[in-house]
Amino acid sequence: MLKTFKTGGVHPPENKITEKQAIKVLPVPAIVYIPFSQHLGAPAKVLVAKGDKVKAGQLIAKGEAFISANIHSSVSGKVQKIDEVIETSGYRKPSVIIEVEGDVWDESIDRSDRISKDIILSQKEIIKRINEMGVVGLGGATFPSHVKLMVPEGKKAELLIINGVECEPYLTSDHRLMLEKGEEILVGTQILMIALGVSKAMIGIENNKPDAIAHLTELAKNFNGIQVHGLKVKYPQGAEKQLIKALVNREVPSGKLPIEVGAVVHNAGTSFAVYEAVQKNKPLFERVVTITGKSVKNPGNFLVRIGTPVSDLIAASGGLPEDTGKIIGGGPMMGKALVSPEVPIVKGTSGILIMNREESGRQELKNCIRCGKCITVCPMGLEPWLLEKLVINENFEKAEAEKIVDCMECGSCHYTCPSKRPLLDYIRFGKGKVLQIIRTRNK
Amino acid sequence: MNLLTVSGSPHVFNDTSVSKIMWGVVIAMIPATLVSFWYFGLGGIIITLSAVIFCVLIEYLVQRYLLKEAPSVKDGSAVITGILLAFNVPSNLPVWELLIGCIVAIAIAKMSFGGLGKNPFNPALIGRVFMLISFPVDMTSWPLPVTNRMVLTDAVTGPTTLGILKEGLANGETVSQISSQLPAYQQMFMGDIGGSLGEVSALALIIGGLFMLYKKIITWHIPVSFMLSVFMFSGILYLTDPEHYIDPVFHLLAGGLMLGAIFMATDMVTSPMTYKGMIIFGTGCGILTVLIRVFGAYPEGVSFAILIMNACVPLINRGFKPKRFGEVVKNG
Ligand code: SF4
Ligand code: SF4
Repeated sequence: MLKTFKTGGVHPPENKITEKQAIKVLPVPAIVYIPFSQHLGAPAKVLVAKGDKVKAGQLIAKGEAFISANIHSSVSGKVQKIDEVIETSGYRKPSVIIEVEGDVWDESIDRSDRISKDIILSQKEIIKRINEMGVVGLGGATFPSHVKLMVPEGKKAELLIINGVECEPYLTSDHRLMLEKGEEILVGTQILMIALGVSKAMIGIENNKPDAIAHLTELAKNFNGIQVHGLKVKYPQGAEKQLIKALVNREVPSGKLPIEVGAVVHNAGTSFAVYEAVQKNKPLFERVVTITGKSVKNPGNFLVRIGTPVSDLIAASGGLPEDTGKIIGGGPMMGKALVSPEVPIVKGTSGILIMNREESGRQELKNCIRCGKCITVCPMGLEPWLLEKLVINENFEKAEAEKIVDCMECGSCHYTCPSKRPLLDYIRFGKGKVLQIIRTRNK
Repeated sequence: MNLLTVSGSPHVFNDTSVSKIMWGVVIAMIPATLVSFWYFGLGGIIITLSAVIFCVLIEYLVQRYLLKEAPSVKDGSAVITGILLAFNVPSNLPVWELLIGCIVAIAIAKMSFGGLGKNPFNPALIGRVFMLISFPVDMTSWPLPVTNRMVLTDAVTGPTTLGILKEGLANGETVSQISSQLPAYQQMFMGDIGGSLGEVSALALIIGGLFMLYKKIITWHIPVSFMLSVFMFSGILYLTDPEHYIDPVFHLLAGGLMLGAIFMATDMVTSPMTYKGMIIFGTGCGILTVLIRVFGAYPEGVSFAILIMNACVPLINRGFKPKRFGEVVKNG
């Protein structure tokens, strides 16, 4: 029997429309908007000013805090201005706006296609390089990758897990990457293993991607210590804790990080970015983005420069469909609805999903019928109906005791509720409140 | 440009809905309804139809004119209550008594608490118990299956199997003396016995239950723990003194046990929300049922048992939480 995690989970229609579409390169846009904060943690500090000439790959903002990440220019051209730009989150964020001129890359980047397998850097140098190149988790959480590689005092990493699950419906960017850049991903995996000092890595892939499983399994024969595991399709298997549970049956304690059980998880796309950073000296300034949706004319997977307006990508897929009701940055379960198609693609944008008007509405809300289905599907073993009630009653203390902070916002509860309760809307709000309360208490 | 919808994730939802679930339950009750029509003829049809019409109408009127909210009778839950009420009464019950039962069930036990989802007790059971207390004679004279299905009146009435047993034991007879008057298990399984409309055929009820399991409307936890605890508890009694306590198979097939375990205790609104809680709930129902049947004043105890356990649901929900992920760490 195929492995999967045990508690909860749902199986939304997969709709992997673009899984057979090879990655195409999106032409360099005329203008890019690059926010300083595309990662979890402190915003990076800007290094360029209006009028400066930049090259693709040039450092334009430095991540100085412990949890922060460098930002590089994704194009060559002139800095038009530094201004606030509406970003995927819907908020205005300070960004560098660059007018594109040509496509000149920083000389230090190796632009050849040759796969470079020999890893010459030491453990320390690797982590430093990954930091310099601005690599962050590309699965969506955008946690700075080098931080994850620095194992805290007193803990020991035993196992590296590469997340090739891509459990969000519609998205196929990791799938394509695994098929087309499999070898690079495996080299990246080895680099990560060295950085962590582990001798074992597991790559988890859901078995709706049999071609990727077969391909990587074949390639992995030439690498030491890397195993590929097919997993039963179940959402949210791509969540770190669920993936660890599925692969090695260890449960990360509530409020703790995976390193607690000796595991470190990196996304397959991140592994590719690590390869490029370490072997090719290439900063993270482009990524694969799926553009998809039922009404999209030519859905596909594109290699996109960071900062490209979403509208450029939409244009490449045949234009914004007539009946567009919602544009989502990410997948349908955890993605964010965009306020406008003009927002830029950032490091964390794994896909753009266009939903038609009919799909975009929410259904009629009913009383909770106490069916308990939200409990059954919650992968964290929470009681979403109760959390909703507690948040409505502003009983945040009780909500904290009921582990509202453990909610990973996977949306399985709202997805499942027959009464169509907006459980996650309330829980998200309540979680914010509770985190705030905890912060003030710890001061 | 188009206006874009901006809302929090998730952006897709599965296709269940309250009405799909409720109409699924209605479909699951069709076999037992047909069996009741077969055995009780025109009387059964009239009772069933009136109960459904009354319940739907009362819910509509209450929502429309008293609560002044949009009527939600389309969700099918009033239809369920109607059919369940019909299932719980004898086929010759005067229709006006049935009407009172429906009013109590819908207007008091359901709508006054805030409608579907907010009622602590199963509305049909409240309606039934109210009728049982108000009209004890009419509610306990059970027509035997009719010979001429198209004739309404003069159905032969008689006590239920549980009534026969209780009477006999009260008169000091032993189980083996009484059993000659009891129908065969095969009859009880098919439904060829006296009783309220919906409870007679275990087979039809089980078919409905399997359908609900298949459609994921219910899970096995409540019906199985309910039946199992009845079987075990009555089995223990039987083993201590078979002349005084009847065998467990009889308890399973007699009275409203199947109906209660499959259709009434499983009502999601009034039962616990976690699997652990459901098993506690079902076991409690089973033990209380046997206690009332064997030691109580009434021959049948299913309704009271479920109502008592309904009252415990908030407590059970608080006491039996799901296992939190990452709470107990046992790493291997
Ligand atoms: S969104 Fe939170 S509460 Fe809802 S199922 Fe996911 S983890 Fe559980
Ligand atoms: S799934 Fe919806 S209706 Fe069912 S218990 Fe949870 S909140 Fe209530």
